[in-house]
Amino acid sequence: MMPAPAMALRVEKVAVHFGGLVALSDMNFTVGEGEIVSLIGPNGAGKTTAFNVVTGFLDPTRGAVSYRGTALNGLKPYQIADLGLARTFQRTSVFPNDTVYDNLLVGLHRQGRVNLLEAILGLPRARSSERRLRERASELVEWVGLERRARDLAGSLSYGEQRLVGVALALAAEPSMLLLDEPVSGMNASETHTFVELVRNIRDRGVTILLVEHDMPMVMSVSDRIVVLNYGRIIAEGPPDVIRNDPAVIEAYLGQGATRA
Amino acid sequence: MKSAIAILTVVAFASVPLWLRDPYLMNALITTGIFIIGAMSLNLLLGFTGQLSLGHIAFFGIGAYVSALTSLGFDVGLPFGFRIVHDPWPPIVGFVLAIVVAGLCGYLVGLLSFRVRGAYFVIVTISFAEVVRLVALNWVELTQGPLALTNIPSITIGLPGLGDLTLRTKLQNYYLVLAVAVVTYLLISRLVHSHFGRAMRGLMENETLAVSVGIDVTKTLTLAAVISAGIAGAAGSLYAHYIRIIDPEVFAFINTVTMVIMVITGGKGSLAGPVVGGMIFGLLPVFLRPIMAPEAQWIAYGGVLIGILFVLPRGIVPSLALRFAKPRKRIEPVTAVAFSERDVKEHA
Ligand SMILES: Nc1ncnc2c1ncn2[C@@H]1O[C@H](COP(=O)(O)OP(=O)(O)OP(=O)(O)O)[C@@H](O)[C@H]1O
Ligand SMILES: [Mg+2]
Repeated sequence: MMPAPAMALRVEKVAVHFGGLVALSDMNFTVGEGEIVSLIGPNGAGKTTAFNVVTGFLDPTRGAVSYRGTALNGLKPYQIADLGLARTFQRTSVFPNDTVYDNLLVGLHRQGRVNLLEAILGLPRARSSERRLRERASELVEWVGLERRARDLAGSLSYGEQRLVGVALALAAEPSMLLLDEPVSGMNASETHTFVELVRNIRDRGVTILLVEHDMPMVMSVSDRIVVLNYGRIIAEGPPDVIRNDPAVIEAYLGQGATRA
Repeated sequence: MKSAIAILTVVAFASVPLWLRDPYLMNALITTGIFIIGAMSLNLLLGFTGQLSLGHIAFFGIGAYVSALTSLGFDVGLPFGFRIVHDPWPPIVGFVLAIVVAGLCGYLVGLLSFRVRGAYFVIVTISFAEVVRLVALNWVELTQGPLALTNIPSITIGLPGLGDLTLRTKLQNYYLVLAVAVVTYLLISRLVHSHFGRAMRGLMENETLAVSVGIDVTKTLTLAAVISAGIAGAAGSLYAHYIRIIDPEVFAFINTVTMVIMVITGGKGSLAGPVVGGMIFGLLPVFLRPIMAPEAQWIAYGGVLIGILFVLPRGIVPSLALRFAKPRKRIEPVTAVAFSERDVKEHA
């Protein structure tokens, strides 16, 4: 038995209400350092809402989130980013009118903060910082495998490629934990396969990962642990093999599939 | 290539006084230059952060009044029997104070409105300009109200080895305005190409994403407003010391509109845009005046404005740049939002 990893993210008793709608109720889960945890559930289950709470885009109605022991309540998104939590978005993931490379330069914002006066005067410190950023941007482009697209406008890329830009943008912040919201939607099978390799590679570099995804084969193959949400409640939690056979989970998905058909 | 054009443009402008002797045209060029500086400052906000300041002339006017009052001196009574007596200081100090005070006002206006932004910012800036105009009109003891501040001294600059030089002639003022315009252009260019400029771009293109990569919205926008207002204040100061008379009419809404038109026709978000748009709308009156009644001139401006935007909807500079640039991958409309993973795949 391996010792349990140190705690990275802790979500405690989080509830989110939108008017009368309960998007999340009494949500509790944790993610250990270096783990790949997936958050799954039918459409509207509250997965993106949970991401928004963790990354400071939404204040929970109740409950608390902490990362590496620091309470995140009331912190702004950029302050949470500074603590090492980065995310991608389900829908909007790029700066469409900039090249992929320039996207990353924007993404490297927190690393490139130099005194504005030095930047305007082009002083050596600003120039060398700029050089470092450019090197780093190239590295990131390479990391996610978009070298050939670096000079193209991000808005002209395929959806799959845009998702990769989104991931690279999140990685630009040098996060210790990465939250991915449906990263492979819009990707074909081979792109998805490459992406799984990328996720493992990111984790191997010491980044904890929380993944939201509908692609079940992908989730099953990449996750250490899975948390299942339905109607804002956690209905199951455990390793892929257990979740696969959990009656409540099957019921949640089948039930939803049946109403939709 | 770009910098070659820039250098050629500066050389061309610098050579104008060598062949142009007409004082009326020189005057038009100087005031146009001053307004172009104002338009460049407006473009920093409108073109690079997407925020429309419809009271931009307030910062210009504040710069003009601050600079004029600093160099003229004043003696005003305050409530509770206090008085402020200020002896005249050199105009160059006024120039610096104009930048500082206008920048400070930009800070306040930005702070007030950037928490909500958009239409709110437009309204706050319009109201701000109107309030400042009313103060200038009614605080007669300080500003002389509608009687105007007159006899504002010309700017004196200390040249190393040459002693002091007071810029009285059109020729001298022309070069002063050209120099400030070039510095402003370089400043804005450096700014938008710095990490700060990228933060502004990021915010304009995709705010949610920008926030998530750690860009502080309020701070970025407020800083842009401060710099923009400061530059407008500098332009106002140049105006005051060149025209040498300032009245509350300087705050007229039409002056803001003129700057907005300059920016939009030239191309917002392009560095050279306000210069091109500014030259057109700054000099148009000069050419229309001999052949048209004033009312007809306004109609002509409108016609030119609509004509330009009809043919070159993104403004002159960006449209031409696009036409002459080597063909690049066309940007498809941003449809990232239009597709939903719901449609794409369910539990595979
Ligand atoms: N800002 C909001 N205002 C009101 N209701 C919202 C808001 N955001 C989400 N909701 C609602 O909260 C519920 C959970 O939404 P959420 O986006 O978290 O679901 P999800 O699990 O990410 O679904 P999907 O798989 O479709 O992305 C949904 O019913 C949704 O309509
Ligand atoms: Mg979602």
